[in-house]
Amino acid sequence: MTQQSRLAIWKTYKIYIGGQFPRTESGRSYAIKNSVGKTIANACQSSRKDVRDAVSAARSAWGGWNNRSGFNRGQILYRIAEMLEGRKKQLKDELMAQGYTATVATREINLSIDRLIYYAGWCDKYQALFSSVNPVASAHYNFSVPESMGVVGMLAPTNAPLLGVISLMAPCIAGGNTCLILADQEKPLAAVSFAEVLHSADVPNGVVNILTGYQQELTDWISTHMDINAIVCFDQEKPDWQKIQENGAGHVKRMFRWNTQQLLRAGGQSPYLIMDLQEIKTTWHPIQTIAGSGGAY
Amino acid sequence: MAKKKKWEYSPAPESKQPAAIAGRYALFINGKWQKPSSGTYFNSINPATEEKLSEIATANETDVNKAVQAAKQAYEKYWKKISPTERGKYIFRIARIMQERARELAVTETLDGGKPIRESRDFDIPTAANHFFYYAGWADKLDFAFPNKKANSLGVAGQITPWNFPLLMAAWKIAPALATGNTVVLKPAETTSLTTLKLAEIIQEAELPPGVVNIITGDGQTGAWLTKHNDVNKIAFTGSTEVGKIIQHTLAGSQKKLTLELGGKGANIIFEDAPIDQAVEGVVNGIFFNQGHVCCAGSRLYVQESIAKKFIQKLKDRIGTLLVGDPMDKNTDIGAINSAQQLKTIQAYIKIGKAEGATFFETDCVLPKKGFFCRPTLFTNVAQSNRIAKEEIFGPVLSILTFRTDDEVIEKANNSPYGLSAGIWTDKGARIFNLSKRIRAGVIWANTYHLFDPTSPFGGYKESGFGREGGLQGLHPYVQLS
Amino acid sequence: MTVKKPVLNPQILNHPPVEQTGVEERSVRFTKRSIKGPSKMQGLELVLSMIDLTTLEGKDTPGKVNQLCTKAKHLHDHIPGLPTVAAICVYPSMVSVAKKALEGTKINVASVATAFPSGQSSLRIKLADTRLAVEQGADEVDMVISRGKFHAGEYAYVFDEIAAVKAACDKARLKVILETGELGTLDQVRKASTIAIAAGADFIKTSTGKIQPAATLPVTLVMLETIRDHFQKTGKKVGMKPAGGISKSKLALHYLVMVKETLGDVWLDKHWFRFGASSLANDVLMQVAKEKAGNYQSPNYFSID
Repeated sequence: MTQQSRLAIWKTYKIYIGGQFPRTESGRSYAIKNSVGKTIANACQSSRKDVRDAVSAARSAWGGWNNRSGFNRGQILYRIAEMLEGRKKQLKDELMAQGYTATVATREINLSIDRLIYYAGWCDKYQALFSSVNPVASAHYNFSVPESMGVVGMLAPTNAPLLGVISLMAPCIAGGNTCLILADQEKPLAAVSFAEVLHSADVPNGVVNILTGYQQELTDWISTHMDINAIVCFDQEKPDWQKIQENGAGHVKRMFRWNTQQLLRAGGQSPYLIMDLQEIKTTWHPIQTIAGSGGAY
Repeated sequence: MAKKKKWEYSPAPESKQPAAIAGRYALFINGKWQKPSSGTYFNSINPATEEKLSEIATANETDVNKAVQAAKQAYEKYWKKISPTERGKYIFRIARIMQERARELAVTETLDGGKPIRESRDFDIPTAANHFFYYAGWADKLDFAFPNKKANSLGVAGQITPWNFPLLMAAWKIAPALATGNTVVLKPAETTSLTTLKLAEIIQEAELPPGVVNIITGDGQTGAWLTKHNDVNKIAFTGSTEVGKIIQHTLAGSQKKLTLELGGKGANIIFEDAPIDQAVEGVVNGIFFNQGHVCCAGSRLYVQESIAKKFIQKLKDRIGTLLVGDPMDKNTDIGAINSAQQLKTIQAYIKIGKAEGATFFETDCVLPKKGFFCRPTLFTNVAQSNRIAKEEIFGPVLSILTFRTDDEVIEKANNSPYGLSAGIWTDKGARIFNLSKRIRAGVIWANTYHLFDPTSPFGGYKESGFGREGGLQGLHPYVQLS
Repeated sequence: MTVKKPVLNPQILNHPPVEQTGVEERSVRFTKRSIKGPSKMQGLELVLSMIDLTTLEGKDTPGKVNQLCTKAKHLHDHIPGLPTVAAICVYPSMVSVAKKALEGTKINVASVATAFPSGQSSLRIKLADTRLAVEQGADEVDMVISRGKFHAGEYAYVFDEIAAVKAACDKARLKVILETGELGTLDQVRKASTIAIAAGADFIKTSTGKIQPAATLPVTLVMLETIRDHFQKTGKKVGMKPAGGISKSKLALHYLVMVKETLGDVWLDKHWFRFGASSLANDVLMQVAKEKAGNYQSPNYFSID
């Protein structure tokens, strides 16, 4: 048998929940076609139950992830970058199969890797910038610190199959949150391959969960889910931002709509995105005023 | 019935092999290993065995100049121009390779300096690597570090490191300097150059552009030339207060920025409501970690009089279990004193303490026949005016004083020209926040001691020096704000 | 002769606070001791001699207990000269079976009692439970404290109960199980240890083994420190037994290091220190075999009873 006649093994594109790769519990799929209309994969059409399971996994994972030191989270984000760097070719092929040129694909992958490194560096630094010791007028030690919100629902933008997912995930988990990401409906393959990268990078199960499927069908379930603390999407035509806001109001969900133009390019990264998904906790404790003798102190 | 044999720990020696120490090291200048101009080398010995480990080059004024010029060229040609993101990635590489070569570095550090292998392995080397990880992340984020100011690099940083934590101190110096866009000429302490020289190998392996980091070995004179060189924009020194003052004097009138991390006489304060057993550990850690060769050692113990007797007895019982011996044995708690010189200094202070009337106590462990060793030593009935309560001994010798009230101990703790560190042991939060506010020292440890983290700024008040290393504040010494 | 009934002196409840991170740091330090060569062999044999081989299941039968006792007497006959375990630990209903099986050996029979494991019953029933075990021939009694009463702040009740059980034990040695996994903090562990020792415990023991967490190095350290303070104050020794969760030799050796460096060499004896374990013995035997043979062993060669 010659090299050319060897049959390739086609990859099955599943979803990523709780550190596992199940198919959608609904058994449904939808065809992903390349630029000349040929079906290159059947992506899972995730259901509300997959959303439910993903949120459950993210919630279980949140306590442990939040308790890890910033240093540890940084090391893991750095490791994700290492693993992604090693998989450049695979992702480039996938992006090109979905219509991107070699140049654009390479640029997107390089930007994505560097973005991971960027946020890896923030994990143990944003606290120093955004905390404060507050000089209250009474004899109390008073300090404010950022704390993660919990489980975040994230809706990937169109036209940035890999960079979009990473731009959502990195600032979210750098700050100790866990997440569920709904990949771009039209071009979900890079997101699934990225899940494989996460899995090989010591990311604990459930910290990141990735679903593929129809945005319209799933957005309502995500925006009304009472155990999702915040939701992030991009300022594109879809999803329906008005509807999302109305849905979340019922349980005071935190809402963020990030700027596509600013973020999906080089330099589109900032610690303020980490801070979007942080609460602020302020603590008071008395100072028993006893001074040493001598000196104005 | 046969008498039961006492259960002792068998020797658990670490192998010397991973250290891979070369017979001779040249100077690392402009990305290459270059012979010293004078052709002279000096011996580096293992203080635990007094055996020769390697030959180290002596850099003279010509070599110092070569190194500074290389750093200056590298700054102008490469380092100033490289994108901050790429700069960060170089530093990440250094961190990674240090993690990969951890064992080699740990064994070398122990052989060269005498500290227990357990400490090199579990503390020095990982913390050093983490320092590079931390500052790598700052390289492209400096716009956020100083509100309303742009952070500009300075140029060439001349750095001098001490012999107590050779690789860690090199990391504390080099990492923030590189992250903020400066290039480096570093002179390690002459008794412990080896791990810094291996760091040079790692920097070469990480493919940093030539001249970005230069390592010149030598003695005090080499360091002096470095501090005087006109093309050096910043000096960072960690070492004795005595030499720090000389350097500060040398720099008077120059434009060079300066940071100093000098000596200390840390007050470790135990209140009657302290968690007693853990406080005993804290005191032991405070003075016997690294054989007491620590600038922030808790070398003055202030114990509240009401619990003094009980506490001191527990302390004596505890230090009786400390194993002094071969640093390469994984069970050794206290290793070798760094040099014959330092051992002489310590012994002189022990003599002074006895002469001053303090009560001397040392454990009865057996010391190795060769090498420089000192038993864990306590002095009780020490008074504030005793020399052993005022002067830095830099060895495993603890001076113990008593106090009655908060205001008294605040006053006594502050009553020193030093101000590097202090420890507070109490169950009462309100007291912790009060003492933390009133004690004039740069690092306050409450219900713990000798904790270090790359994110946590470290540095002194008063004659313990100025400037901070670690954390956001650690960037400041290496930038010019505009 | 009237023996004066012990009464809780509330003074003892003013124990020094316990700093958890400090305890954890000290515990980690014990695990850094490198135990090799002759030291390892001696340590392993010490561990074996300190094991209370345990079966405490609802489905225990005389058959099961007999087999366990056989194991106790013949840990691994392939290797001559091994010590025997210290004791077998069973429910009161199985004590007579164990006693008969262990006749002629120096292996003790320990029995749990006092409505083990929950302790949620009346004093009358708990004392009857104790007396049953003692009458059946138990050499040692492992009781549980009333954690509910402890958390409700009724320390005198907890104390009195232990003292009463101690009296009912007659000649049997009393181990008091604190169930540290239910106590909450190390301060609580210290407090419970103090009460148990004052009330007459011969041993204080961490856990029933029925819940998580069971024994840990930090909890054990706090209990050993309490024992040490008591010894220094009164000259009286109290034993200590960590139970549950110790299935590996390496961990058991860490515990021995802790005892040696906290209390001293005299305490490294089955009279003052025990391991409550079931699968630890085989792991220790495998390690002993490896030390002698020089290669890694397989569980297939060591009987599971």
